[in-house]
Amino acid sequence: MRKERCFTWRCRITIGFFLACASFLPLAIKAFPRPQQTNAKEDLLTLPGEIGRSGGRLVISLRAEPKTLNPLTAADAPSREVIGAMQGDLVHINRATQLTEPALAKSWKISAGGLQYTLTLRRGLRFSDGHPLDADDVLFTFRVYLDESIHAPQRDLLIVGGKPIAVRKIDAQTLIFQFAKPYGVEERLFDGLAILPRHLLQKSYEEGKLAQLWTPSTPPNEWAGLGPFRLKEYVAGQRLVLERNPYYWKTDTKGNRLPYIDELVFLFVPSADAQVLRFQSGETDIITRLGAENFSVLGRQQRGYIMTDAGPGLEYNFLFFNLNDLGDKLSADLTRKQKWFRDPKFRQAVSAGVDREAIVRLVYQGRGSALWGPVTPGNRRWVNAAIPHSPRSQERARALLKEAGFSWSSAANGESTLKDSDGKPVEFSILTSSSNADRTKMATFLQDDLKQLGMRVQVVPLEFRSLIDRVTQTKEYDACLLGLASFDADPNSDLNVWLSSGGTHLWNPSQSHPGTLWEAEIDRLMEQQLATPGYEQRKKLYDRVQEILAENQPMIFLASPDILAGAKNSIANFHPAILEPYALWNVEQLYFRNGQENATR
Amino acid sequence: MTRPRKLIRWLVLLVVFHSIIAGAGFFAPYDPVEQDRDHPYFPPMRVHFVDAHGHLHQRPFFYPLRLREGSFDQYEEVTASAVPLHFFTRGPAYRLLGFVPSRLHLFDADGARIYLLGSDAYGRDQLSRILFGGQVSLLAGLLGAAVTLLLGALIGMAAGYYGGWRDELLMRAAELFLALPWLYLLFALRAFLPLAVSPLEAFILVVVVIGMVGWARPARLLRGVVLTVKERDFVRAARGFGASDLYLLRRHILPETASVLLTQAAILVPQFVLAEMTLSFLGLGVPEPMSSWGNLLASLQQYSVLVSYWWMYLPALAIVPFFLGYLGLASALQERTGDYKMEEKSSWSPT
Repeated sequence: MRKERCFTWRCRITIGFFLACASFLPLAIKAFPRPQQTNAKEDLLTLPGEIGRSGGRLVISLRAEPKTLNPLTAADAPSREVIGAMQGDLVHINRATQLTEPALAKSWKISAGGLQYTLTLRRGLRFSDGHPLDADDVLFTFRVYLDESIHAPQRDLLIVGGKPIAVRKIDAQTLIFQFAKPYGVEERLFDGLAILPRHLLQKSYEEGKLAQLWTPSTPPNEWAGLGPFRLKEYVAGQRLVLERNPYYWKTDTKGNRLPYIDELVFLFVPSADAQVLRFQSGETDIITRLGAENFSVLGRQQRGYIMTDAGPGLEYNFLFFNLNDLGDKLSADLTRKQKWFRDPKFRQAVSAGVDREAIVRLVYQGRGSALWGPVTPGNRRWVNAAIPHSPRSQERARALLKEAGFSWSSAANGESTLKDSDGKPVEFSILTSSSNADRTKMATFLQDDLKQLGMRVQVVPLEFRSLIDRVTQTKEYDACLLGLASFDADPNSDLNVWLSSGGTHLWNPSQSHPGTLWEAEIDRLMEQQLATPGYEQRKKLYDRVQEILAENQPMIFLASPDILAGAKNSIANFHPAILEPYALWNVEQLYFRNGQENATR
Repeated sequence: MTRPRKLIRWLVLLVVFHSIIAGAGFFAPYDPVEQDRDHPYFPPMRVHFVDAHGHLHQRPFFYPLRLREGSFDQYEEVTASAVPLHFFTRGPAYRLLGFVPSRLHLFDADGARIYLLGSDAYGRDQLSRILFGGQVSLLAGLLGAAVTLLLGALIGMAAGYYGGWRDELLMRAAELFLALPWLYLLFALRAFLPLAVSPLEAFILVVVVIGMVGWARPARLLRGVVLTVKERDFVRAARGFGASDLYLLRRHILPETASVLLTQAAILVPQFVLAEMTLSFLGLGVPEPMSSWGNLLASLQQYSVLVSYWWMYLPALAIVPFFLGYLGLASALQERTGDYKMEEKSSWSPT
């Protein structure tokens, strides 16, 4: 009401002046970008870093359409990437330092026994629709995440020692989280758990419709979040447009409210090559998830953009054999092959015969690192440096095979064939995803490496979904080459891969009890580190896990690509990190050097 | 008089091209699947006779390449050390025409590797791969054409000769075959086959598929020819003397269709070579590491290869002389039969 009156008053006085200056006004705005000032009552987070200029429209391509904007059901990478820019969490992991930082929670305290966490929320915060945030929203959020009927993927992390975390409200700003057992993840737990607006969602939750809510086509006024951007427009098959959240709770050191950019546009561009073309033609401003070959193409023809190699990422590529215990369903052919696959010496021999250095050099053009364990050199805090980086050795591979009872027979043309103890030739096929040229290339190198050991290997490129179906459902395959990317540096992000009951325990997923002694030991160690507070203790346990994996080679780790990204020269504060969402982790600080010129583009 | 010479010219050309491909083991300096991991995407090397100082050499030679400083994919010649080429040397073992074991190669470079047409992502010699890949593509084209013509001739002759409901049935089947979306059916078919097929199985599959798809057109053509031939006087006369159907088809009708069959063959072979290339390009042909002209081109599906390494296009050029040869042969054949018909007409029409 007061605002309106003020407007008319000013209107009357200035209308003549305004008309006179109307034609100069746009110029004036361009010359003096007006940052949004902040209110002293708000408890805002001040980010260090370069001071930017407001305005502009940042365009980035997305591999696929986000399936949902609902953080409770999002499982695909595009959805997670979009939601990351729209939602806020209590405690956040800084993607550059890989350490936790206060976010919506101003501070937290962990009790002496590690069982009780007291979090204090910032004062005066508002959702993107202007509704204030308080402890009730947090209570509601955790109730929803823990609700079994919602099937939130984050739920597993909130169950400690078989019991869900208990959340209590002390006052509007303070909450206590109670654990049944000490929890090794500590405050990292809160990263990525988007705090939900109770005022918008409670009704649907009570009606049991929450999981279906918030698709990309949701009207923007039915949506609210605590991230730097809020929903503006969605055009199916083309783009998702986010606009600046005027209530965002971060400022720069000069007190300007972040984010700097007015609009964030996600274009849906399915193929990696098409993304490169869009970036090259200037249609998109930032490109991430680049392959090494496209990176060097862009690097060679630089036209107004800079390319950055952020260093080794967390993706690990590996070969694994079908070690599933299929009982009667097993075909005779696979039974025979599993006799080799189950022998650790066979797997060690394959590992010894693989030329990892060539993979890094030829597949990643040197922009990657060879791997002997699942933790990449990019993950400096958790990698076990003691794991031997044994170079390729055909002699050792042959010695191991001989020990395991294999022998060679040579054909007339000089090629030798590896035979098992029953005199059968060693032949198997490797599945790869046909859409991933890098992995198909790796498989072709493996094929040649193993041929030199006398194994006859066929490479079978398969469409990704049918490949996953074969590996996890029908289990009709010999071996498979895949890659996984941990979303966090913490070992718990890969819990599902190492626990024998995990669905991503690829070589033998979802076992009711561990099939081998070493799998049982990994299970024990992983569960132990989950309940152990303190980095040193947990590191010791996880180091042992890495040792067991390197020894038994259920996965033959091959190589890890660097995180490669590029951005237009005009974009400042561009510092891609090796953690998802690579270039967008500091999206609130990105800005255009030439200010608002981009807004009119 | 000039016409037969034209025909012979095209034939000789084709025989030469085919011999080069058939003798791939001899003409290719290296094993097509051998990887040289130190030299991926090496550009084609130049063969010199005159060195950097202007001296003429007796033997052709080449300069090894090295990365230009400050670059990661630009190469320059190291003019300090010329590597001479040797001819008719002993190299990696191969089997000539698939039978005769041999080690004789046209040229070699003293243990150093020369890439006349560059190398691919795995450091495999592109020249050797094109030559060996030609064996797969051309053989698939030739065998596919043979299968097609055999089927087409049998079905077309049966339809034309017997007529009636048999004709109707066969011709409707032919139309159905022409109307099917083959490429998509093939993708579906591939999904039913076992995951890993050996190169030989994949090759047979390609040949059978190509051969089965193409029979409808020649069948319709032959049916037309048979329809006119079977009404000719000498056929009627033979039938009047009590000749059996089989005898008539073999002795009187088949020879009349020979020229049509030959022309069809000359047109179908390049078409089928192209069909094999399409299948391999889409990953339905012979698997890696074996090469065929189609899967050599498959790497061009990547944007980075498309814009960075021009020599990866060369396999596409390899088919040009073959296409020219076959199409020239087809037109020469057609002209010849045209003449033959003219002569026939002029000598027969007065009576």
